[in-house]
Amino acid sequence: MNTLTHTVEHTEQHGPAEGLGRWLFTTNHKDIGTLYLWFSFVMFLTGGCMALMIRAELFQPGLQLIQPDFFNQMTTMHGLIMVFGAVMPAFVGLANWMLPLMVGAPDMALPRMNNWSFWILPFAFAMMISTLFMEGGGPNFGWTFYAPLSTTYAPPSVTFFIFAVHMMGISSIMGAINVIATILNMRAPGMTMMKLPLFVWTWLITAFLLIAVMPVLAGVVTMMLMDIHFGTSFFNAAGGGDPVLFQHVFWFFGHPEVYIMILPAFGIVSEIIPTFARKRLFGYASMVYATASIAFLSFIVWAHHMFTVGMPLMGELFFMFATMLIAVPTGVKVFNWVATMFRGSMTFETPMLFALAFVVLFTIGGFSGLMLAIAPADFQYHDTYFVVAHFHYVLVPGAVFAIMAGVYYWLPKWTGHYYNETLGKVHFWCSFIGVNLTFFPMHFIGLAGMPRRIPDYALQFADFNMVASIGAFIFGFSQLIFLVLVIKTIRGGDRAPAQVWEKPQGLEWTLPSPAPYHSFVEPPEVK
Amino acid sequence: MRVTAQLLLLAMASGVSPAYADWQLNMPRGVTEISHAVFDLHMIIFWICVAIAVVVFGVMFWSIFHHRKSRGARAENFHENTLVEVIWTLVPFVILIGMAVPATATLVKMYDSSEAEVDIQVTGYQWKWRYQYLGEDIDFFSNLTTPREQINNEAPKDENYLLEVDNPLVIPAGKKVRFLVTAADVIHSWWVPDFAVKKDAIPGFINEAWTNVPEPGIYRGQCAELCGKDHGFMPIVVEVKPQAEYDQWLADTRAAQAATAAAASQVLSMDELMAKGEQVYNTACAACHQVNGQGLANVFPALKGSKIALGDINAHIDIVVNGKAGTAMQAYKDQLSAVDLAAVITWERNAWGNNVGDKVDPATIQALKEGAK
Repeated sequence: MNTLTHTVEHTEQHGPAEGLGRWLFTTNHKDIGTLYLWFSFVMFLTGGCMALMIRAELFQPGLQLIQPDFFNQMTTMHGLIMVFGAVMPAFVGLANWMLPLMVGAPDMALPRMNNWSFWILPFAFAMMISTLFMEGGGPNFGWTFYAPLSTTYAPPSVTFFIFAVHMMGISSIMGAINVIATILNMRAPGMTMMKLPLFVWTWLITAFLLIAVMPVLAGVVTMMLMDIHFGTSFFNAAGGGDPVLFQHVFWFFGHPEVYIMILPAFGIVSEIIPTFARKRLFGYASMVYATASIAFLSFIVWAHHMFTVGMPLMGELFFMFATMLIAVPTGVKVFNWVATMFRGSMTFETPMLFALAFVVLFTIGGFSGLMLAIAPADFQYHDTYFVVAHFHYVLVPGAVFAIMAGVYYWLPKWTGHYYNETLGKVHFWCSFIGVNLTFFPMHFIGLAGMPRRIPDYALQFADFNMVASIGAFIFGFSQLIFLVLVIKTIRGGDRAPAQVWEKPQGLEWTLPSPAPYHSFVEPPEVK
Repeated sequence: MRVTAQLLLLAMASGVSPAYADWQLNMPRGVTEISHAVFDLHMIIFWICVAIAVVVFGVMFWSIFHHRKSRGARAENFHENTLVEVIWTLVPFVILIGMAVPATATLVKMYDSSEAEVDIQVTGYQWKWRYQYLGEDIDFFSNLTTPREQINNEAPKDENYLLEVDNPLVIPAGKKVRFLVTAADVIHSWWVPDFAVKKDAIPGFINEAWTNVPEPGIYRGQCAELCGKDHGFMPIVVEVKPQAEYDQWLADTRAAQAATAAAASQVLSMDELMAKGEQVYNTACAACHQVNGQGLANVFPALKGSKIALGDINAHIDIVVNGKAGTAMQAYKDQLSAVDLAAVITWERNAWGNNVGDKVDPATIQALKEGAK
């Protein structure tokens, strides 16, 4: 009943429109999901090129290719683009594609808003990237844009940056509202909350985090705008303001933000591991509770990013203890994944390889996170490459690997074709080697004392910087394999049946592959 | 693939010049009681992480190896076990408490900056440090001395490339020294790894930190908070001297500062001013306004042909001496001596074809400086 051709034949106005109009005016969750994913990939390559420029400059000590001011613009733009342009939209794209399929709904709850929340993004990023070509250059104060470097001392283009951040925030908030409305209202009969797939659960919690903290980000950039153009002194000490206030407000947004980028990744991995271990997810309920605990804790740990600003002792202790607590629910998740594999019957297709690499490498990022939580030790780690190593381990082999695992896992469902398994494995191994070669040595140079965000460095850091740069180029160019693979899969390949994998769990596998344009025209029954 | 990567690593290791050979893996243990305590904390938490990793990854890889379909493994059905789940929630909790106790003790010690014998105010500027010895009448700036040619790869790099300054901070050995850390423009961070001291320098705030270094020596660090274009070029060098040598240094420095002040009364010729001015300009001004005086478009204004450099001499003196509020242009009255200021303003008015033809006398500047006090 639900195949694409069938629907188009009998109810023409419900098929996809032709040409550019299909993509501009679409309200279809699959089309919008596709748009998000392609946008995210373009941003991933753009931010990646900036990272390669940084790594090329850092290949050897001395200034070779770019000047310090441009170097700072590259580190800033790389961070902003990867966080707001690559990782977050990729998760929203996956949510758009998969949530209706997973909860048994025909589409997202708010399709027109869905269209708008996507189409804001290309304009926001076009504006932000255009600042690089303005006189005085683009934002050069780091993705954390600490005042007063980002206010009194910023280039004139900072105003465009602020406007772009506002637009991204509006997009994220609308996306989050849509996710919540869909999950709470459009579940198939019998799909109780505790039967939701974990990807749905983690996205529901993520959406609440987004709604809670994106307005805080909007608030902090608005205060910057006021300081720059309207004579206020929120962050200007000379006017009675407080530069540390900026950091408190920013990190009250910033810490939940980092969990916004990892919780859906937990969800994806929790879908993939059971499928390829051929065994039910261990500890479903504890997974849900652990996710909720991590989300709660994310609101009371923000100042661990600020251990060196000179907080009172009691403040340091509180944030140290609260931060250490995060290790408990995160540990539960890792133990559950391992217990799911234990006594399973495992195979190692590409999504599983990425998911396994996620578990190992994300956990390494978690360990360095635990080390960073120890305030006295953090005085040595803070603002060094050790921190750079830490957050790249949780974001690249963490969030990005999970996104790739998800794409490989669901690509046959989206396109109706299997991807080329050999090419997928080549992509995996190149990425795996590249990512470790890039980021593992950063632990060493950080501990040896190299500060982050510097365009040139003392000679004792030279060796590992060279290794990291080589790794970065391997990782970067490996992503072109992924691009080729996805295009090849869209164009053709072995036909995938409805189930795609061997007895995977979830409603998405009850629909044919490719999934019909309108997902569940009649709600399925969940027992 | 992995073999290729190893070969690549080997190739790189052999290709790197021996001057760079330093594969340091770990944090320095440092030279103070506090830095040792921090290093111990770091190693404890590291080994705890290693132990957990061995157990977790051990089980995982054991499962990957034995419970694979290709070896005929059949999946079992279990998917929860309350007892196990409670255990692996509680055990990490207990480990964390074990970790929190020594961390708290060290933190409390680090926060006790009472009973210091020497007080030094440390102020971060874009892109240099200022050290003021409270009650000692000593006040100086500390600038990077690595030559531009080394940074631009036109000359071989010295051993202490990017980690050398003109005036290091000097402190006595075996005495508790308190640092009062603040900033004049944006946020900086004062960090010396060997002391395990890192404190943000924030405009409008005075943060406290302290150290007590038992052994004389030279210790190096860097600014740790992104502070603009030359964030990577404002190192910290601390020279720890035995008490007697420190006292001698205090006396010498005071005498030198007095001599500099006295020099303000001399009258210099145009040539002398220009020669000195170029030198001062390249140290203090060229980072922003560039050696060729052309600045950076829309960030740092050009001086070549600028209204100020070609216009009224008093306005020119005022902006250099007192700075321009709300911009990156600092007040140089405390950073440079009267002679240096007179020379550099003269240079700016007559270099790069500006050719105004007038010169500034050190005495004029000295009068302004004294008037400001």
